[in-house]
Amino acid sequence: MSPILEVKHLKKMFKNFTAVDDLNFTVEEGDFFSILGPSGCGKTTMLRMIAGFLEPTEGEIYIRGENMAGIPPNRRPVNMVFQNLALFPMMNVERNVAFGLEQRGVPKSEIKKRVNDMLERVGLAGYNTKKVTQLSGGQRQRVAIARSLVLEPSILLLDEPLGALDRKLREHMKIELKLLQKEIGTTFIYITHDQSEALVMSNKVAVMNHGDFEQIDTPQNLYKNPRTAFVAGFVGETNRFELAQSGHGTLETRSGWKLAKKDAKTGMHWLFIRPESVILLPDPQMKDLNRFRVTIKTILFDGANTKISGIVEGSGDEILIHLPQNAKFEGIREGDRLEAAIHPRDLRCYPKEGS
Amino acid sequence: MSSRHFRLGFIIFLTPVLLWLLTLIVIPHIDLLIASFQAENDQGKLVFSLENYRNFFTDSVYWYTFVRTAFYSILVTVITFLITFPLAFYITKIASKRLGGFLSMLLLLPFWVGELVSIYGWMILLRESGVINYILQGVGLIHKPLPLLYNDFSMVLGLVYMSMLFMVVPLISALESLDDSLIEAASDLGASKFTIFTRIVIPYAAPGITSGAIVVFMLVLGDYLSPDLLGGKNSLWFTEQIYNEFIASFNWNQGAAFGFLLLLLSTVIVWLGLRLSHQRLDKAVGA
Amino acid sequence: MKKTMCFGLTLLTFAATGTLMAEGTLRIITWKGYAPAELVKKFEKETGTKVELTYSNNEEMIAKLRATRGGGFDLAQPSQDRISGVQAKFHIYKPMDYSKIKTDQIVPSMLDAVKKNTKVGDASYAVPFCYGTSGLIVNKKAAPDAKDYDALWNPKYRGRISYRLKRPTLIATAFALGYDPFAAYHDKAKYKKIMAAVEKKLIEAKPLVKNYWANGDQLLGMMRSGEVTVAMGWDNGGWKLHNENPDIDFVAPKTGALGWIDTFAIPAKSKNVEAAYQWINFMLRPENAAYFTNKEKYGTASAKASQYLKPEIRADFERSFTKADIDNIKWYPPVPAGIEEIEGKILDHIRAAR
Repeated sequence: MSPILEVKHLKKMFKNFTAVDDLNFTVEEGDFFSILGPSGCGKTTMLRMIAGFLEPTEGEIYIRGENMAGIPPNRRPVNMVFQNLALFPMMNVERNVAFGLEQRGVPKSEIKKRVNDMLERVGLAGYNTKKVTQLSGGQRQRVAIARSLVLEPSILLLDEPLGALDRKLREHMKIELKLLQKEIGTTFIYITHDQSEALVMSNKVAVMNHGDFEQIDTPQNLYKNPRTAFVAGFVGETNRFELAQSGHGTLETRSGWKLAKKDAKTGMHWLFIRPESVILLPDPQMKDLNRFRVTIKTILFDGANTKISGIVEGSGDEILIHLPQNAKFEGIREGDRLEAAIHPRDLRCYPKEGS
Repeated sequence: MSSRHFRLGFIIFLTPVLLWLLTLIVIPHIDLLIASFQAENDQGKLVFSLENYRNFFTDSVYWYTFVRTAFYSILVTVITFLITFPLAFYITKIASKRLGGFLSMLLLLPFWVGELVSIYGWMILLRESGVINYILQGVGLIHKPLPLLYNDFSMVLGLVYMSMLFMVVPLISALESLDDSLIEAASDLGASKFTIFTRIVIPYAAPGITSGAIVVFMLVLGDYLSPDLLGGKNSLWFTEQIYNEFIASFNWNQGAAFGFLLLLLSTVIVWLGLRLSHQRLDKAVGA
Repeated sequence: MKKTMCFGLTLLTFAATGTLMAEGTLRIITWKGYAPAELVKKFEKETGTKVELTYSNNEEMIAKLRATRGGGFDLAQPSQDRISGVQAKFHIYKPMDYSKIKTDQIVPSMLDAVKKNTKVGDASYAVPFCYGTSGLIVNKKAAPDAKDYDALWNPKYRGRISYRLKRPTLIATAFALGYDPFAAYHDKAKYKKIMAAVEKKLIEAKPLVKNYWANGDQLLGMMRSGEVTVAMGWDNGGWKLHNENPDIDFVAPKTGALGWIDTFAIPAKSKNVEAAYQWINFMLRPENAAYFTNKEKYGTASAKASQYLKPEIRADFERSFTKADIDNIKWYPPVPAGIEEIEGKILDHIRAAR
């Protein structure tokens, strides 16, 4: 079976600025595919090319094996949920959802049935005649999705639709969206700059930077095995150190913190250490650990996500360390000195970008 | 305590407004209303009479003039809308900010030079020995000058020209708030360009269209100069009729009655227009 | 309380500045061209009074003065036939104090005629300033045989005819149709009948008209460009055009040109009567009157102005008027009340006719 979306050598230039640079990727039927990247990385440009609002400068887009070149947005088998949702304010919920079906000339009675089905599915049964301006943020979100899904598109494109919601609602909608996608099975392409959204919802994430994909992978792999320094830095929380030298089994930061790593390659520039990979008060029996002492500068309490910011004794490097909330660490105060350790496999090194 | 303070301040600010309304709008209108119900009897004395109103309905000239005036006012409103809507759309949605600003300035120009000056401008352009006929004859398109001036054509042209600004400003402000993504969303959902215009853009701009249409309609209906100077021998305008009653015939009572009939009938037309387009006055004026 | 006082004070201030402004100014409502800039400057220098001009016509002059019951202006210049009727009804003028007028400057017959025609009760209300006639302005090359008002409804000149839709046109048409409208002024039934015939004629003639002209400049423009070749208009306009293009000239119609005299009259609430009299005497001073006539080509009521007149003024007049034409001029008698209303309806009907 051919992939539902295939992008080949896609390139988009605005005057002298390259927004999207020679992208190649495929999306399989039923995927929840996220494109994660900082603002200005070209992800919106890419999405708009798939939707048909922008013509690529070079390259092709195939949807279900069909080349989309020259096909206007209103005739593509994809639908889009806009960042600001773009609900039609002069129509009620029902008219909004029915709009696309009306354009296709679906008979009235069928429209009515499909709209009601769809509203029920997104949990808005009975909201038919409500004005969209009377709805809450989450409800508007669902109307926007229903309006697109009712057309049964091959692919649903979502342009940071959770961006405008408050945090709590966003957390809730993340789960809701994931469940909805699982239930209906439509392929979602979701763009966001929020790594948590991408990691929670997707089964595939592409990390985008400067118009190019740095890595396409499952969320787990992306987190565990980031392939580039950018991915390592962008996905998940991490400590970053600049290396003075690497190779021959050791790494040394600029400030002189020496760490052992057998397979360390020469010419590495960056060292990344995730806060949760630092072991506090390690068992003295454990072998192969890089042991060091930290002085606690501050405690950043955030429930299960509490961290401490410590100064590495000797080099003075500052490091964030995850602080498990259990009895063992209850007495920790600022200014305390603690034993800590890192396993060499958790030291991730990358060359300087571009080299 | 503070609410009393507020009330006092409110009254102090409101008083001049109310006084202004009363002395400059309400009282003169009451005066005219009383005058409109008076007519001279055979001894030359003013007595209560409905004659002024009866004249309007019995003398077909006045009826005819009013219907004509109303018809052309509606026509001018429609033409002005048809011309300025694409223009407002272009200025707000397509043109760059600078070009848009420049075009809006151009639209302001007729208003800037004043109605009389622009009317004379049109006269120079349109008359038989005028610029347009000269060019058309020069390139050999016509052999006899076209009668472009002193007819309904030139009158409508002048009125549309003068009204454009009053239509385009509310349209621009309505369309400016229209999010581009609404248009894209409609397109994404399968709508053609035409459907996007009729189902999204126009309904969205409806309050702006309504307020623009009301202003233009009232303005044209009450205009005097353009019909008089550009209109030619057949283009009697109802305001000219009122003017004639006051100035030429010295019959102020008749003129006052005509004035009130104009007010009443134009109100009815605006009300009907709002009814037919499912718009509300407060919304349109507030837009 | 404070508020009302403030408001009252503001009103007072307005009123005070209003009077102050009128002290040194003379506000004249007049016709375009009746107060040449040169003479205004000379007058201001001579007297120290500032002159403010408002241009108007008979109808608007009356309407404005009626609206303010004779206020807002210190001097007006209505036609002599439009004074007594209006004065009797609306009392908008002050009686003229002829002792303050240098009457020896004025052509005696004209002064007597104006005194007689503007008499209401025991008082008279005006002093003559200038006179002229309405007749035909003709492009003789294009319309060589336009000699009388009937040229205005001659199909030969279809689309090249213009006149004003105002009372002089109605009067001229009535004369051309063989009626004497002036004789019927005091018989309203008869006057209505005459006007009905006039209405019929002018509606019939409407398809031939290029346009009803609205102001003198507009007419002159259309004659210059050749868009109009036969028009009804004022003699001085015809003569001005003759200066530019010898083909165009004023023609005294066979039926009789319509003669009018424009006057000085003092509004009832004039605030600067002294300056008004000064202006009247100043304008009728021979050299000033001659300056005005040389410039605007209207005849003057000033008795001794002729010595200062340019020769072409005389030439213009003699070219357009034979002795018989002069005797045949129909001078407007005073318009009695109610006449304008009858005419207003007729004008409305002609305007609205298809």
